Amino acid sequence: MTNIILETRGLSKSFGAVTAAADINITINEEEIVGVIGSNGAGKTTFINMVTGYLTPSEGTILFRGKDITGLSPMQVTRTGICRSFQVAQLFPELTTLENMLVAHSMLSKKRLGWQRPLKSQVNIDAAMGALEGYGIDNYADAQVTTLPQGVRKLLDIAMAMVGSPALLLLDEPTSGVAIEEKFALMDTVMEAVNRSGAANFFVEHDMEIVSRYATRVIAFYDGRVIADGPTAEALANPEVKEFIVGTELHRQQSESGEHAEN
Amino acid sequence: MHRADKTPRNLCLALVVLLAAGIIMPNWLTFLATVSIAKGMVVVGLIVLMRTGLVSFGQGLYYCLGGYTVGIAGNYLGITDVVGILFLSVVVAGIVGAILGLLLCRYREIFFAMLTMAFSMILYGVLVKSDNLGSTDGFNVAHVSLFGWVPSSDGVSIVIYSLACMIAFLTAFFIHRYFQSGMGFAGDSIRENEIRVEYLGISPRRVIFYKYVLAAVVAAVGGSITALVAGHVDPEMAYWTTSGEFVFVALLGGTGHVAAAFIGAFLFELIRTVAFDLSPYTWQMILGITLLMVILFLPKGLWSLITAQRTGRG
Repeated sequence: MTNIILETRGLSKSFGAVTAAADINITINEEEIVGVIGSNGAGKTTFINMVTGYLTPSEGTILFRGKDITGLSPMQVTRTGICRSFQVAQLFPELTTLENMLVAHSMLSKKRLGWQRPLKSQVNIDAAMGALEGYGIDNYADAQVTTLPQGVRKLLDIAMAMVGSPALLLLDEPTSGVAIEEKFALMDTVMEAVNRSGAANFFVEHDMEIVSRYATRVIAFYDGRVIADGPTAEALANPEVKEFIVGTELHRQQSESGEHAEN
Repeated sequence: MHRADKTPRNLCLALVVLLAAGIIMPNWLTFLATVSIAKGMVVVGLIVLMRTGLVSFGQGLYYCLGGYTVGIAGNYLGITDVVGILFLSVVVAGIVGAILGLLLCRYREIFFAMLTMAFSMILYGVLVKSDNLGSTDGFNVAHVSLFGWVPSSDGVSIVIYSLACMIAFLTAFFIHRYFQSGMGFAGDSIRENEIRVEYLGISPRRVIFYKYVLAAVVAAVGGSITALVAGHVDPEMAYWTTSGEFVFVALLGGTGHVAAAFIGAFLFELIRTVAFDLSPYTWQMILGITLLMVILFLPKGLWSLITAQRTGRG
């Protein structure tokens, strides 16, 4: 039996006359990998922002492990066990990669921000380097964040979110801005880390190949509403999803790959 | 990979040198050095805030509170022991800082700067209107003692100087450790990306609140030392130009290290003294040009020269 970790009931968000999200009812199970698709402005990021406390829903309820977390601040949501990454990596630009990770360790540790012991103690450095190693970015430990390639920034952003061993990880377009040839390597690394941690993963993605490869379930947003929710292949085959989101490009790719398989 | 921290050793050396120098220094230099240390204390607090991305134009509030606590304790409460007076200053500044900090931790950038200045100017206004506290003239503070021993009038300046050196050493040591800790780095993190800090489960407001109270307390100790060495307090201590001086010193020294505050404060006092001696009517211009040069050529302050030398870029 699967346990529901996140549930939203009638979640809506309006900005004046504009409805960014309307009546979103979603459940996410423990350890589930959910891909979220939708064109720009479909309400995907608005949904993540509501769940993580950046936006307060206009209507509806958010339940995390059965507990109402609607309207909690980002800090409180993080402490309940939900972490997120961002479309544009949110890091500390003037600090090094290692310092970013050390700060994340310090803030997400149980003791939280002690002032007696140095942040750069050998114990902390070893832990942070171990975490960086897990994402293959330990070579960049002493590099200032502003000098990092986009893919490394994305990985660091996710690695920092994972420090607190969240039960649910929300990734907002983890591969956006990353070179095509690096996308799969990045997702492989992330998914390996997510699988290791046992966290449920909810990731927003525009690249249908990535969604097809990594998600076990797909939720499709269109115009602020959920228009499809189900196993990946089933959801991507949904006529509305094909028409409004996937478009002819993926359809063509799928047809081509089908033909190749038959041959 | 990471070099050993030599700051504690260097601070100990500086303390020994300063205490030894106190024996041979002429009175005018002892006074100048004590005032520099006192102002350096205020700037240390300002650096704590500036590393968090906040500039306070109102540290004069706590500088003045510290000074007036010395005066009121000695003249009205009969407390003359230096340690007791300093403790009282810390308590007063801590309480006022905690009350104002609750409001100020909600504000950033220019709003924070202007609000801090506003509170400082409120105190200035109250003191100017208070005849019992000497109005614009202020008043002289009572002769102090140290654990029951009352130093002579000639010897009091060296006692205060020695005490200031030791307090500055302890403050610098503590604040340096604080900068190296998770709480210290939280300031840099808030300055860099407040949203990320929230998503790491930390309340930036709470961190800023603690830092504001800390800055208030060290500023008050600085004000107390100034009052003890000058033997006089007046409302100018809370005036916005006094707070501006502290910002000037922070820019001059830089925010890279706790020692930069004291070096900056000493240089500031030295430049001002020399400039006033050379040109009594236009000394402010010399200070202005100095600040301009620092901003243009050393935007991270004089301490950046030392940092550049260490990293081999100098």
